Amino acid sequence: MSYLRDNPAEVLTLLLQHIQMTGITLLVAVFVAVPIALIVTRYQWLEIPVIGFLGILYTIPSLALIIFLVPLFGLNATSVIAAMVLYTQVILVRNLTVGLAGISPAVLEAAKGMGMSHWQRWWWVQVPLVMPVFIAGLRIAAVVAIAIATIGAKFNAGGLGTLLFDGIQTNRLDKIWAGSIAVAALAFAVNGLLLWLEQRSTPVKALN
Amino acid sequence: MGNIQFEQVTLQFSGVSRPAVNSVTCQVHAGELAVILGPSGCGKTTLLKMVNRLYEPTSGRICIDGQDIQRLQPTKLRQKIGYVIQQSGLFPHMSVAENVAVVPKLLKWPKTRIQARVDELLHLVKLPPREYRDRYPSQLSGGQQQRVGIARALAGDPEYMLMDEPFGAIDAITRRALQTEIIRLQQQLQKTILFVSHDVEEALRLGDRILVMQAGQIVQFDTPFNLLTQPADPFVHNLLGADDMVRQLGLLKVASAMTELPANYANDNQPSLESDDNLRDALSLILKTGAPEISVTRNGEPIGLLTLDHIRMSAVGANV
Repeated sequence: MSYLRDNPAEVLTLLLQHIQMTGITLLVAVFVAVPIALIVTRYQWLEIPVIGFLGILYTIPSLALIIFLVPLFGLNATSVIAAMVLYTQVILVRNLTVGLAGISPAVLEAAKGMGMSHWQRWWWVQVPLVMPVFIAGLRIAAVVAIAIATIGAKFNAGGLGTLLFDGIQTNRLDKIWAGSIAVAALAFAVNGLLLWLEQRSTPVKALN
Repeated sequence: MGNIQFEQVTLQFSGVSRPAVNSVTCQVHAGELAVILGPSGCGKTTLLKMVNRLYEPTSGRICIDGQDIQRLQPTKLRQKIGYVIQQSGLFPHMSVAENVAVVPKLLKWPKTRIQARVDELLHLVKLPPREYRDRYPSQLSGGQQQRVGIARALAGDPEYMLMDEPFGAIDAITRRALQTEIIRLQQQLQKTILFVSHDVEEALRLGDRILVMQAGQIVQFDTPFNLLTQPADPFVHNLLGADDMVRQLGLLKVASAMTELPANYANDNQPSLESDDNLRDALSLILKTGAPEISVTRNGEPIGLLTLDHIRMSAVGANV
C-alpha cells in the first residue's frame, strides 16, 4: 500500500494506460462481435463451427498468442490489444447469439404485425431485449481483458503489469503488491459498474 | 367501406403436398365480426396472416376497402390493421403505456395525442390508467396482458382487427369475461374483425358469421343460427354439435318466441327476462323457478309472456 501512497503519479499513469488498452479492446471487440453474431443468428448452421473456433482461440495461452501476433503488429500495445480482441470474441459472440435467440417469437411477430420496419424492430425491440445478456458478456470480457492486459508490460505496452514485472525483476515486494492491488481494484470497479448497467437494462420482473 | 375480400386465395408452402389455404373466396362485411373456425392445421391462421401480409398468397388476391393489398407497403398496411395474437406478444421491456403507444408512434402522432389515446384505451379495456399505465407486462395476469394486447391493437384506431386465437391460452373464467368485453367493444366500435378460434362455444358467442374451414378450404360461411339449423355437411354438423338443442336455444332471442302481453295482465312478481336474452337463459329460469310462465321486459317494462311450450315450439320450428 505504501508504494501506491508514495508514487500516485506513476501508478495513475499506468492505470490510465491499462484502462486505455482495455477500453480500446472492448470497443473493437464489440464492433467485430456484433456482425459475427448477426450472421450466426441468420445462418444457424454456422453457430457450432464459429463458436467452436472462437472457443479454441480462447484456449491458446495469452503469452503465446501475443508472441504470434508480434510479427504482424510489432512489439507494442497493438499486438496485445489484437490478442485481447480475439480472446473476448467467444464471450461476446456467444452471449449475443444466445440473447438474440432468446427473444420470444411472439414478440417479434407482434412487432412485425404492428407495422414496424426492419430497423424499428432492431432498435425498438431486439436491441433493448438483448441488452442485459450483452452487457453480461461485456462484463466478463472486460474482466478477462483487464487480466490479460497485465502481460502487456512484457510487450512494451505499459499498464499496471509494469509494476508487477518490475517488482519481480528488482525483487521489490511492495511494487508487486501495489500492481496486484491496483489491477484487482480496477477489475472490481469495472465489474461493479457493468453489473449495475446490466441490472438497470433488465426489464422488471414479476412481482409475485 | 371497410370490408375484406378474398378472391381465389391459395397458399402453397414449398415441400408440402397440399396447399395450406386452397382457393378461398369470400367477403367479410364492414363492421362484422367473422370467426374463422376449424380444427388445428385447417389453415385458419394462415388465412388470417395473409391479410396483414405476414404470409403472401401463391395465387389469388386480397382486397381491403376494394384495394388490392399487394399495392400497399406492408408496414403501412399493418399499421392500419389491429393485430392481437395468442401469447399477447407484449414487449416485455416496455411499460403498458409504451406498449399501447407503439402504433401511434409509428403513425407519428404528437405526444399529447398519444398520451390521451393511451389513457382512453386503458379505460376502454377496464384497466384504470393511473394504476396500470406504468406497469410492465410481467406484472400483469394473463387476462390483463390480453386486455393490454387488445388496447394496443386498437391504438391506431384501425378499421380492421385480426385476432389470432387471442384467448386460447387463458383460463375458462377469464376467457368468458374477455369474450364479453369483445362483444361490448364491438357494439361500441363496429370494427371489421377476423377472429381465429378453435373453440365452438366462443365462435357461436362472438361471431356475426362463422367461416368454417377444413383442409384449407371453406366448408361453410354463415350465421351461427344457419350453421346449426342448416349445416352444409356432416363435418359442420358434428363440429358445431348441431344436435345440441340447448345450444340452439342459446342463439334465439326471447323476443322471437314470446306472446304479446294479455290485456288484463297484472304483474304478480313473475320471474322476468330482458327481450334480448336468449331462450337458453329462459329455459334455465323456468326450470329453476318452477314458474309456469315468465314475463319478458324491455328496459324494465313488461312486453310479453313466455312459457315452456313456447320454447318447445321454437326448438321444433328451428329444425323444420
